[in-house]
Amino acid sequence: MTFGKGLRGLSIATVVMVATALALVFFYAPNDADQGFVQKIFYVHVPLAIVALVGFIVAGGFAIAHLRTRRQEFDYLSYVTIHMGVIFGVAVLLTGSIWARASWGKWWVWDEPTLVSFLIVFLLYVTYYPLRYSIEDPERRARFSSVFAITAGAFVPINFLAVRLAEGFVHPRVLNATAGDMPGEMRLTFLVSLVGIALLYTTLVKLELTAKHARGQIKALRRALEREPEAGASGPALATVPARPE
Amino acid sequence: MPALPLDEAGKYVAGAYGVFVMLILIYVSIIGARLQRIERDLQELTKLAERTRARNGS
Repeated sequence: MTFGKGLRGLSIATVVMVATALALVFFYAPNDADQGFVQKIFYVHVPLAIVALVGFIVAGGFAIAHLRTRRQEFDYLSYVTIHMGVIFGVAVLLTGSIWARASWGKWWVWDEPTLVSFLIVFLLYVTYYPLRYSIEDPERRARFSSVFAITAGAFVPINFLAVRLAEGFVHPRVLNATAGDMPGEMRLTFLVSLVGIALLYTTLVKLELTAKHARGQIKALRRALEREPEAGASGPALATVPARPE
Repeated sequence: MPALPLDEAGKYVAGAYGVFVMLILIYVSIIGARLQRIERDLQELTKLAERTRARNGS
């Protein structure tokens, strides 16, 4: 499997979309009547949260594919997708905290279901790392990680629904049946930001996978070359050495 | 809470976007460092391959 295929085009599309989104945020979208200029944080905070959560669900899909096929690539895809989701999760918590301070006068509010539920999901996925790296056998590690990714991935939409059904919430709703009460300019800006952040996520996942795969191939080549003097001319052909990403 | 005046809100907006950009930059620099290591490893491998070829050839 070649992870770096199409990376160049994807990177260009990401830069174009993110730049367009930023231009729309600051020069096109009107200031919110209630919150004023500080509402601009919405265009980075909400897309980051949506993409991170969708990424966690997608990682569960890759984990199912891994358990069904036993192909290592799916385990790496699942791992890197979760890894990027956690990084985006850090950004969600930090930008959300800044927005909360500006809007509510507090860095964190414990009685707000959306905030607390995202924190729970984030902390759940943080435990993925100790689980993954506490198992030495690569096959068992991949299997256990996949089971975790599927279970946690199923928890994400359940958690989302529970928050929606919770009473007394004050967090603004964005993606309801009528696409929220946003004016057209705000909605367009939000959608472009969402696409830009989703492209950024995909690009970073591909970049990480490509780097890991390249390092794995180098390690496999090194092992083969170091065996070569003992094996002589009849030793293993370098091209047949399996490459295992780190 | 009433909407913050532009000069005060601007600091928070800059902070939020700054955090986002900073995280991306940190991540890209980590990937950059990894690429440098890959390049170094490739150079070592090339030398190792040349030595192996010379040994097998002699």
